[in-house]
Amino acid sequence: MQKTLVTIAVAASLGLGATASAQAGILEDVVAKGYIQCGVTGGVAGFSAPDSNNVWTGLEVDYCRALAAAIFNDADAVRFTSLTSQERFTALSAGEVDVLSRTTTWTMSRDTQLGINFVGTMFYDGQGFMVRKADGIASGLDLSGAAICVEAGTTTELNAADYFATNGMEFNTVVFVDQDEVVKAYEDGRCDVYTTDSSALAAERSKFAVPDDHVILPEIISKEPLGPVVRQGDDIWFNIARWTYFALLEAEELGVSQANVDEMLGSDNPAIKRLLGVEGDFGTPLGLTKDWAYQILKLVGNYAETYERNVGPATPIGLERGLNALWKDGGIQYAPPVR
Amino acid sequence: MTDTGYVRSELVAAKPAPNPTSGAVVWAKKNLFATPMDALLTAFGVLFLLWVVPPFFNFVLGHAVGPMGTVEECRAITAGACWAYVYNEMEFFIYGFYDIPQLWRPNIVFALGALLFVPLLIPKLPFKRINALLFLFVYPVVAYFLLAGGVFGLSEMPTEKWGGLLVTLIISVVGITLAFPLGIVLALGRQSTLPVIKTICVTFIELIRSVPLITILFMASIMLPLFMPQGMTVDKLLRALVGVTLFTSAYLAEVVRGGLQAIPRGQYEAAASLGLGYWQRMYFIILPQALKHVIPGIVNSFIALFKDTSLVYIVGMKDLLEAVKTKNDSALEWQSANTATTGYLFAAIVFWAFCFSMSRYSMFMERRLNTGHKR
Repeated sequence: MQKTLVTIAVAASLGLGATASAQAGILEDVVAKGYIQCGVTGGVAGFSAPDSNNVWTGLEVDYCRALAAAIFNDADAVRFTSLTSQERFTALSAGEVDVLSRTTTWTMSRDTQLGINFVGTMFYDGQGFMVRKADGIASGLDLSGAAICVEAGTTTELNAADYFATNGMEFNTVVFVDQDEVVKAYEDGRCDVYTTDSSALAAERSKFAVPDDHVILPEIISKEPLGPVVRQGDDIWFNIARWTYFALLEAEELGVSQANVDEMLGSDNPAIKRLLGVEGDFGTPLGLTKDWAYQILKLVGNYAETYERNVGPATPIGLERGLNALWKDGGIQYAPPVR
Repeated sequence: MTDTGYVRSELVAAKPAPNPTSGAVVWAKKNLFATPMDALLTAFGVLFLLWVVPPFFNFVLGHAVGPMGTVEECRAITAGACWAYVYNEMEFFIYGFYDIPQLWRPNIVFALGALLFVPLLIPKLPFKRINALLFLFVYPVVAYFLLAGGVFGLSEMPTEKWGGLLVTLIISVVGITLAFPLGIVLALGRQSTLPVIKTICVTFIELIRSVPLITILFMASIMLPLFMPQGMTVDKLLRALVGVTLFTSAYLAEVVRGGLQAIPRGQYEAAASLGLGYWQRMYFIILPQALKHVIPGIVNSFIALFKDTSLVYIVGMKDLLEAVKTKNDSALEWQSANTATTGYLFAAIVFWAFCFSMSRYSMFMERRLNTGHKR
């Protein structure tokens, strides 16, 4: 979400991170210590935040729980570390966390230069605009001359500049250091437009006194594929991380959910039989047990369930599935078959 | 001239009463309306108070939603501070992610700490030596095992789960207790005549004092892991503790050195002429006098340390302030216009209470130890 510029410290870590990750066996290490160390944002509603019982919840958190379920048959065999956007990649390459599930945007430079691998896209996000309904603005193209509130040091600011330049429009940015200040400034009317990733826009809108006074414009001006990240150089761990994500999607596609997973064990559908380990063994080659996907579904649920539970329309954040719907429902979430 | 007499035939007419020299009106005249300029300033002052105080009072108490209120009341347009939010999220603010059924453990730690610490502060109570030994050596071990668990059938509670006021207090108490002796040693080392010791102390103090705390914590959280073997990590809380302690000790060293310099040379010589060794001289003669002079400076450092603990958010720890911020950002079921403000107000009150107590206690200590050196 926040794409603060990569610090020199992180750049310095590349060489060291690359040599260090040559030592194999994250899976063995994780099994030996008995839990997964998972890096999260810590304080973004719907993605990773304490619930009313002070237990971690959210989409990022559920991914780590799914990973723990697949490895340990226990969704609580995971410890969470809140990471700032500056320290997240160092924490990963130094081995302080085994997996980074921290709404990190998948970009080419990160993927190729930081000694890390992106597992997949848990959440397709994109930058959008929010305006006051009273201003009667219906499209991003009506924003010429507007004052825009943005957070300093993020690609949000650059994306907005690109968008306005491309469409030949004038604009003024009002820059703040902190997300809270940006929102406050917009709320107080110091600017006409508030821009950030659309998931965050929705979350912020839900906090306003009268959310319906504000509209999020339909334009999405950037691609922000957010996903979990692992260290480069350990393919066994990478496969586990990646297929945990695919299992969440595959289960949704096959209609297997937390509620019906036990009935589905008796299903006649060969694809379901393969996924749940009733027929064939796809877990052992992964370094896990035969029923790895069954455990994920039993303990965490499928992608649709975790989405609806954390960020879906029924939650205060209220995000429609949009791009995050399965490919057959008009979205772009797609998992290769378990075969 | 015969009608002249010395006997008064009627009463003297009463004179007006003399101008009063005390009372509210006189005080006001003297202090508030002595000159036209004073009167003008007073008028401005009163207007300012009228402008600021009633809205603030209304926000904090008058229109506020009490602890038992609901979020709907907090969302009302006229509502003030939303204390119901603070009340409901109190557990997170105090303990962070600590498992709720296990909260008796930090509670015992808090209670034990208060039980051992408060008597230390009251000069009249006996058994100071045993009390201090218990607090400094036994209590930390007991507290650590109670909080972290993993022994005696207590479930393991990794430091990632600790948070809120618990972490703020751990860092400040441990920081203060360790930084104080370390600072004294550094100050003495800096005055040493042995070049190696002197150089080490000067380098350490100057190095640490020349960088902001935030840099030290950042180093500890981002650079340190890169220098360590793969898979070996140092606990984040420990890193923060070490960083905060080293930082404060460097500042304390300079404060204490100021006190040492205030002691006349004759005191050192008199102590030496009694046949006392170096440590005895320092312990019995020099330090008791030197430290007394610099109580305000020392307490200043402690208060700074207490407030600086909120910088540990840099290493991803959720201290009191960060815990409040986390809930402000993520507790959507409590969102209202004043939720975040109330959260921060709560944090401010807690910080104020602790820092103000420290400051008052230091004034008490100064008065108690005053032996006539004060001017």
